[in-house]
Amino acid sequence: MRTAFVTGCARGILMTRLNAIIPALTVVAVIVAFWTLCVIPMNAHLTADQAQREGMVLTPEAPRDRQELSGLSLALKNPAIIPLTYVQTRPRLPSPHQVVQELYDTVIDKKITSKRSLVYHGWVTLSATLLGFVMGTTLGIMLAVGIVYSRTMDKSVMPWAITSQTIPILALAPMIIVMLGAIGIQGLFPKSIISAYLSFFPVVVGMVKGLRSPDAMQLDLLRTYGTNSSQGFWKLRLPSSIPYLFASLKIGISASLVGAIVGELPTGARAGFGARMLVGDQYGQPMVTWAALFAAAITAAMLVAILSLIERQTLRRMGMGAA
Amino acid sequence: MTVDPVIRAKNLDLTFETNDGPVHALKDVSLDINKGEFVSFIGPSGCGKTTFLRCIAGLEQPTAGEISVNGMTPDEARRARAYGYVFQAAGLYPWRTIGRNVKLPLEIMGFSKAEQNERMNRVLELVDLAGFEKKFPWQLSGGMQQRASIARALAFDADILLMDEPFGALDEIVRDHLNEQLLKLWARTEKTIGFVTHSIPEAVYLSTKIVVMSPRPGRISDVIDSPLPRERPLDIRDSAEFIEIAHRVRDGLRAGHIDD
Repeated sequence: MRTAFVTGCARGILMTRLNAIIPALTVVAVIVAFWTLCVIPMNAHLTADQAQREGMVLTPEAPRDRQELSGLSLALKNPAIIPLTYVQTRPRLPSPHQVVQELYDTVIDKKITSKRSLVYHGWVTLSATLLGFVMGTTLGIMLAVGIVYSRTMDKSVMPWAITSQTIPILALAPMIIVMLGAIGIQGLFPKSIISAYLSFFPVVVGMVKGLRSPDAMQLDLLRTYGTNSSQGFWKLRLPSSIPYLFASLKIGISASLVGAIVGELPTGARAGFGARMLVGDQYGQPMVTWAALFAAAITAAMLVAILSLIERQTLRRMGMGAA
Repeated sequence: MTVDPVIRAKNLDLTFETNDGPVHALKDVSLDINKGEFVSFIGPSGCGKTTFLRCIAGLEQPTAGEISVNGMTPDEARRARAYGYVFQAAGLYPWRTIGRNVKLPLEIMGFSKAEQNERMNRVLELVDLAGFEKKFPWQLSGGMQQRASIARALAFDADILLMDEPFGALDEIVRDHLNEQLLKLWARTEKTIGFVTHSIPEAVYLSTKIVVMSPRPGRISDVIDSPLPRERPLDIRDSAEFIEIAHRVRDGLRAGHIDD
């Protein structure tokens, strides 16, 4: 009886999990299918050229005539090249299995101390991301507290915070890297600055809203106790802002990762996801670029997932989680 | 020997400056409330009953006139923790258990841990919520939440309890029950209670003194000293006396409207 009940529960949980996962998996499947189909037209021309060099007979025969055709019609005229589009060493668009293969090689097969290991490059980017995230979050919370408690800061800081986000980071990043480099600061720190620059903003906006979320009645209640403003902050405003803070942190951490990668791009950094993307591009190794791209996306997803987990735990402990 | 009233208002005036021009919320309000009285303020919205309660609490500053609470200004009285205030919504902190919500004023006022626990248990008992201290607010019904907020207002032993439509958002059955409990609590604690309501039966059932107010500008149109005994079962509401007082309150409210 008891076992049956336990199995029943386990199945129930499994079903709930599946119900949550299936829609997401469906979307992934559709994207992969679309991607797989796109590989054929995208790679048709270079595959055809190579196949001809190796003696395959194609229609039309002259490479210049083939350029007139779209990738799709070229592939349809020469069905024999279709399987070959998936196994190019330097494809215009790598197929999903090639990217997975590259990820497997560089994440699992390579020793993490190797300069070609994506785990090594990932850590380089991740450490800058995390440092920048901590700096940005700290700055964001401090600014938000200032804005909520000082009318002067409310009027002066907020417009600048908004303006700061309208400057394209691609224009700003090289300047920050070069200027800090000129005074001898290199490596992790300049990238973290860019991460912090991108991540403080959602934290400021979210925390200002969160710290202001207590309504007039709740503030009046504290006044009837003769509460001073620091007690009001710790007992009411800060706890009220926690759900807002987590929403901001999740945006902030992905912005931080983007910031760190952008910080690696303009200066030809030797390590990091950004460096791998650049190397793949410059040396005609699209798989390297794509693998780095996917690794960055997976890293961002994991960071957000970790924050969601902490969020759920915290809110549950605070009695504000779902029952 | 005459005892000074606990709350004394004399020629109180309050005008709010709003974007649509000044609003005369209170005009020439004079009232004495003695120790141990249960005073209800009743009137249509805009009559200033809540504003008057907030003046007593020092949450609004009157523009003219005098008001004293325990012989002090409302601000001083507030800092001396002279009163507990119960709002229309329970306003419990969702991240605190019922017990810790009740302890909130005690923490702020710096009571010792042991005393906090002792007082929390005592006031939760008083509002019939003993054993609920570990529950979070969302696990309680609306009526229970409001009782917890009354416990919170009682926790630091203020002699005055100010209540601003505390049962306005609850259904009638729960409300009857809470009214009955509130009377028992009043009898046990001998507090002075100021109670804002817009329900005639509630005002008549609870009060020793009913203050009828009328709007634009907010002023007192009648003060009725209730002849009902302090001990009041719910069925007192069917007695001739009760109906007579209710009638007088209704007349007072109507008279206020004719003035418009």
